[in-house]
Amino acid sequence: MEIYGYYTDSESLLEGVKKLQEEGFKIKDVYTPYPVHHLDKALGLKRSLLPKAGMIAGIIGATGAFLFQTWVFTVDYPVEIGGKPNFAYPSFIPLTFELGVFFAALALVFGFLFRSKLGLGARNKIYDERNTDDRFGIVVDAGKQKSKKEINAMMEQIKEKGAMGVEVID
Amino acid sequence: MQNNLHTESLIKGEKQNQEITEDIHKPMTGRPGKLWFMGITLSSLAALVGLIAMVLTIWQGIGLWGVNKTVGWGWSITNFVWWVGIGHAGTFISAILLLFRQKWRTSINRSAEAMTIFAVMCAGLFPLLHLGRALLFFFILPYPNTRDVWVNFNSPLVWDVFAILAYLTVSLLFWYIGMIPDLGTIRDKVKSRIKKTIYGLLSFGWTGSAKHWQRHEVLSIMLASLATPLVLSVHSIVSFDFATSVIPGWHTTIFPPYFVAGAIFSGFAMVQTLLIVTRKTLHLKDYITIYHIESMNKIIILTGSIVGVAYLTELFVAWYSTNEFELFAFVNRATGPYAAAYWTMMICNVISPQLFWFKKLRRNVIFTFIISIVINIGMWMERFVIIVTSLHRDYLPSSWTIYNPTLIEVVIFIGTLGIFFTLFLLFVRFFPVVAISEIKSVKNEKLDK
Repeated sequence: MEIYGYYTDSESLLEGVKKLQEEGFKIKDVYTPYPVHHLDKALGLKRSLLPKAGMIAGIIGATGAFLFQTWVFTVDYPVEIGGKPNFAYPSFIPLTFELGVFFAALALVFGFLFRSKLGLGARNKIYDERNTDDRFGIVVDAGKQKSKKEINAMMEQIKEKGAMGVEVID
Repeated sequence: MQNNLHTESLIKGEKQNQEITEDIHKPMTGRPGKLWFMGITLSSLAALVGLIAMVLTIWQGIGLWGVNKTVGWGWSITNFVWWVGIGHAGTFISAILLLFRQKWRTSINRSAEAMTIFAVMCAGLFPLLHLGRALLFFFILPYPNTRDVWVNFNSPLVWDVFAILAYLTVSLLFWYIGMIPDLGTIRDKVKSRIKKTIYGLLSFGWTGSAKHWQRHEVLSIMLASLATPLVLSVHSIVSFDFATSVIPGWHTTIFPPYFVAGAIFSGFAMVQTLLIVTRKTLHLKDYITIYHIESMNKIIILTGSIVGVAYLTELFVAWYSTNEFELFAFVNRATGPYAAAYWTMMICNVISPQLFWFKKLRRNVIFTFIISIVINIGMWMERFVIIVTSLHRDYLPSSWTIYNPTLIEVVIFIGTLGIFFTLFLLFVRFFPVVAISEIKSVKNEKLDK
């Protein structure tokens, strides 16, 4: 059982989140129309690992590109051009850079989509269609098999903490 | 107070979150105006005629063009460099200005990025057509093949392929990722079932969850930090196509920064051209304000001045180097058969942006619109001058010649203009032109203060 409530501005949302957490409510998720600052800290979200994933992919792309060019020009098909060096590393730099960026960007984007379970045809539950418009929704985990009375008491409490509309979602 | 005044000019009036959604969603609903229909008819006609010319070129070969042995690169490479240059403003606005925390970017980044993508797509067509055998374009990619050869990694033409492809991909990802939350907003806003399904698919199931937003913000910053050196590298590499050759007028070390500045200069001019029309026809004057236009004009002054200094430096170095070939190339530019193009370039690019030093002029919408077109003409001339004047009189006077484009070349160029404007018109019709969530975020920060 879940309880959904919403706020109409980001400040009362932040305050509400803090108060509910102090009361021991389990906040499952918060839905906002735009990124609300300090919300991740209030919810205790861990830092994203995306930058690391991007960096690793970038390093793989760049090293791969550099080594591949080196291999082509020195091992697989060395060409004699007026005595110029085969290992002409300065001219390998542009591709090394471009492929590093290319790999990093792809890893970042697909990492983001994969981790967030977003993508073509993804069906994530939408609690309130106005969460992407002007409502700051909050979903509280009410636990299993609670009596009607207990649920009603919880809803009352959430309302007290500034939420506008509150409803139970099975 | 100072800060309030500042944000006030970013978004006019006291808008509620819901109003912002409404205002930006509005152009996507109902019947588009007469102007839109007229525009798209004209542009798609141009695109169609251009496509016919492209097919003819692929069918018959580039013998249909005016290029010859001496002037191997004519309009097509001019157009290529021009379009790539225009494609620089979008990423500059969305990446570099994001890292510099310039809040005025929020209203214009979406459309500028879309413009970037369409411009780079148009740019890519020209080298493909110029190959003569466009269907063998994949020979430029290093893959194991029965010919048993690799591509030449020492060649800037190979770097160019990778740079343009990487740039197109990263710009596309950056643009789309930024748009996902707004597509979610649109999905939740539209009523019709078909529209809901389509925007539902396009929005990738966005919900606005706190964890998603956290990752989304990290992703935006990371992509911006990647795109910033990328955008600088792309036009640097395009300039290497010229700078690493031994042609007088091309063989200069000044080329990379000079090309990048020129690219951003022309890109901002094109953003002005598009947005001045967009804000009027879509009634977005509250979001794309005079302040935005003025800020972009300031960047036009800066980059335009860099371009001006680069022109003068080139002239000075040609004289100072005492290299007779270099000096000849520049004297020939200014006084030879293509002098008209050279002086058009000088007037359009060096003098016209300097007018923006006057506050009245850079805050004048009509004036900005005219100058933005003048700059785009000037920047096209710049590429034409660099390419054609340097080639047509080379080291061997017996091969000197004059290059004139054929009708096919002109029509192909008009065709890409058609493709570009058609895509942009479709974009303003079916996608949120202004970043809804970012506008709300900026407005909210203002309320916090």
